[in-house]
Amino acid sequence: MMLSVSDLMISRGGIPVLEGLSFALGAGDVLVLRGPNGCGKTTLLRTLAGLQLPVSGRIDVASESLVYAAHADGIKTTLTVTENLRFWAQVFGQENIMPAIEAFHLAPLADRPAGALSAGQKRRLGLARLLVTGRAIWVLDEPTVSLDAEAVAMFATAVRTHVADGGAALIATHIDLGLREARLLDLEPYRARALATDDFDGSFL
Amino acid sequence: MRAGGGFGLGLSFFLIVVVLVPFSVGPQNALLAEIAPGVLWLGALLACLLSLDRIFALDWEDGSLDLLATSPLPMEAIVSVKALAHWLTTGLPLVLAAPVLGLLLSLPQEGYRWVIISLFLGTPALSVIGTFGAALTVGLKRGGLLLSLLVLPLYVPTLIFGAEVARRGAEGLAVTTPLLLLAGITCGTIALLPFASAAVLRVNLR
Repeated sequence: MMLSVSDLMISRGGIPVLEGLSFALGAGDVLVLRGPNGCGKTTLLRTLAGLQLPVSGRIDVASESLVYAAHADGIKTTLTVTENLRFWAQVFGQENIMPAIEAFHLAPLADRPAGALSAGQKRRLGLARLLVTGRAIWVLDEPTVSLDAEAVAMFATAVRTHVADGGAALIATHIDLGLREARLLDLEPYRARALATDDFDGSFL
Repeated sequence: MRAGGGFGLGLSFFLIVVVLVPFSVGPQNALLAEIAPGVLWLGALLACLLSLDRIFALDWEDGSLDLLATSPLPMEAIVSVKALAHWLTTGLPLVLAAPVLGLLLSLPQEGYRWVIISLFLGTPALSVIGTFGAALTVGLKRGGLLLSLLVLPLYVPTLIFGAEVARRGAEGLAVTTPLLLLAGITCGTIALLPFASAAVLRVNLR
């Protein structure tokens, strides 16, 4: 198992949102998270990425094996597409950015400042970042927002290639990605019923 | 980075403050010469303060701070590099501009050396403390006011000893004691504050 979660309880702003959540992700797996807005998808992904601590439960994942893509793409508008990708490649100690540019058809845009890109093109650049990180587990939050059908297909191909190479992906999304091998996980049954903890100070940390 | 903003802002603010002081004080060269080291230090400090909220604000807005936090880089290294970048774009230009502006304040001749040395020693502390303040207030809308209020008291020791070095130097007195204390503050903040900044940044990103 590359990532396994057992009996996880997470909270947002001191209020529990999900509890009793267990799942596992192995090489080649795609797990799609479903659930209504505000049910805790983003909080779950941020917890897995290590940005916040779980209230209880265990997350087992090899260190330095996971990459997180948030709602915001983390693109510097004054740098060009290539410079943005090169920056993130350097941060993750990688060198080759060409596969990422090809996978998301960014070659015609390579020398454009990222600020001049459309929302969909920016998103493609943000997703191309995943390929330059060289990490095995992708943790993606609404990756297809503002993408057109063609770009969604590009993304699905990238995910398929990634998992075929022994990677894994955990994707929170509302649309159908056309990935037949993907498993669905509905978060609705795991909604927390417990009341807020009485750790008043802790909710500010 | 070509992100723009910070570089010219601090420097032009410093210029404005120092240029306006002789006008407001009036044509009294002796008085100006006396207050010149203090004015230069105060101007540099306020100019530094002005660009602090940009240290993390842009990275927070475009989401790269989250992504950097989940990257293999240690958070302490990220905040240290941010402080270094702030010093290079704000502190160093102020150090270099100070002797030119000292001329406008009829700074005594022997003062130039000590103004430059004290600013060179002291401005890194301003950047490191400022980075800590910026890390504390990252993500707050209009956090600039809170940032200034938090950071100003922390700036006071640096200002006292920095201006003291410059004043004593200009008057030809011994500068060793305030110089050592200033260097101590700078070394201490550089050694310790990145850990505090990284810790508060982690809390703020939750």
